[in-house]
Amino acid sequence: MSFNPTPFKDSHMLMKTSGRNLIDALAAAMLFAAAPISVIGIADAHEANSVVMKNFDFSPMSLTVKAGTSVTWQNMDGEPHTVTSVDGLFRSGALDQNDKYTFKFVKSGTYKYLCSIHPRMMAAIIVK
Amino acid sequence: MSSETEIDTSRRGALKCLAFGGAGTLFMLSGGVLAPLDLAIAASKKHATRVSGIPLFLQISDTHIGFNKEANPDVAGTLKQTIDLINAMPVKPALAIHTGDITHLSKPQEFDAAAQLMSGLNISELHTVPGEHDVTDGLGTEYFSRFGKASANKGYYTFDHNGVHFVALVNVMNFKPNGLGAFGDAQLAWLEQDLKGRSASTPIVVFAHMPMWTIYEPWGWGTGDADQATSYLKRFGSVTVLNGHIHQIVQKVEGNITFHTARSTAYPQPTAGVGPGPGPLKVASDQLPKMLGITSIKVLAHPLSASLTDTTLG
Repeated sequence: MSFNPTPFKDSHMLMKTSGRNLIDALAAAMLFAAAPISVIGIADAHEANSVVMKNFDFSPMSLTVKAGTSVTWQNMDGEPHTVTSVDGLFRSGALDQNDKYTFKFVKSGTYKYLCSIHPRMMAAIIVK
Repeated sequence: MSSETEIDTSRRGALKCLAFGGAGTLFMLSGGVLAPLDLAIAASKKHATRVSGIPLFLQISDTHIGFNKEANPDVAGTLKQTIDLINAMPVKPALAIHTGDITHLSKPQEFDAAAQLMSGLNISELHTVPGEHDVTDGLGTEYFSRFGKASANKGYYTFDHNGVHFVALVNVMNFKPNGLGAFGDAQLAWLEQDLKGRSASTPIVVFAHMPMWTIYEPWGWGTGDADQATSYLKRFGSVTVLNGHIHQIVQKVEGNITFHTARSTAYPQPTAGVGPGPGPLKVASDQLPKMLGITSIKVLAHPLSASLTDTTLG
């Protein structure tokens, strides 16, 4: 339904980001990282730790990060959303438009969460 | 008058009340059948005689104090307008219920502002249930510190008023993966126990924030385990289920149970499935009072029958 386009777009975006990260990692491993590439690398790394709430969906719906990573959510909708973990580990409270929330994932695992105002909005952070 | 006598003698028709939804839906309930009434009509002396008897209670819902976006930059103003309309009614009940989303973001200052506005209501008793917007900070926090006493912080409770048994339920705390509201097993067991010993002729009013039947699942407009609650209510002769959440009137009658959602006093929401999600619906400013205002309203003579007709405040 109306929820489909966003996840598709996001997974596509996520793949592109991962691809770039991989290239960056390879480049960094093999060569001196030229300044412009480093800048792109930092920008991508930032994006990779971010989730947005837009049109009543989290995107990406599944985000994989390393243990110790802080993930930041931002609500782009005019309607408030929350980031509420299913097992009670983290809870943002109501985030109004443009509000952000950050949580640091220390241990590996799959952390399911939802918006407690619109519980059909479900997503997960996978910590490796 | 004759309707009063009828109320005393006929237990089936024992529930007679006026309820007020949003910024102006006023409706009469009798024997589980609901008939809406124009608040403006009720407030005017000319038509006051069309409403016989003393209203039992009013329903206010989804005041969303703290909301300030373009769909309604002045939700305090529209609540104030609503309260003025109620206070202008020639016949007022002693009781009002608020079916949740008192605030928009569960903030202390929003609760304070709402309490201050609601204190202007010339009605002595106000009972509330939380909406999901009121409890974004979790169980036992802001909402509960203010309204949780009656229920030992559980949020659900019962009380009796003029022979009617009122049941206040919470369906915004136990969300399941299907995205619908839920009561949870503990509350359902409590409800079963509460209703068990009661005579089937006791009129029952149940109120909770989210609709207690599935209106539109993709937007979570329903309560996943409501069927179980309904099964405990079926044997009663008159059951009225009042909800909010969707900021528009939707009604269903099933056996002796009438389900009804109230309007908001803050802003309208789209019809189920229209647009990306159940957010505030922005309408032209001259249209807003009509969306909040007196909708689906007509006084029906006795015997009351369910009939919804759209009229407007603006």
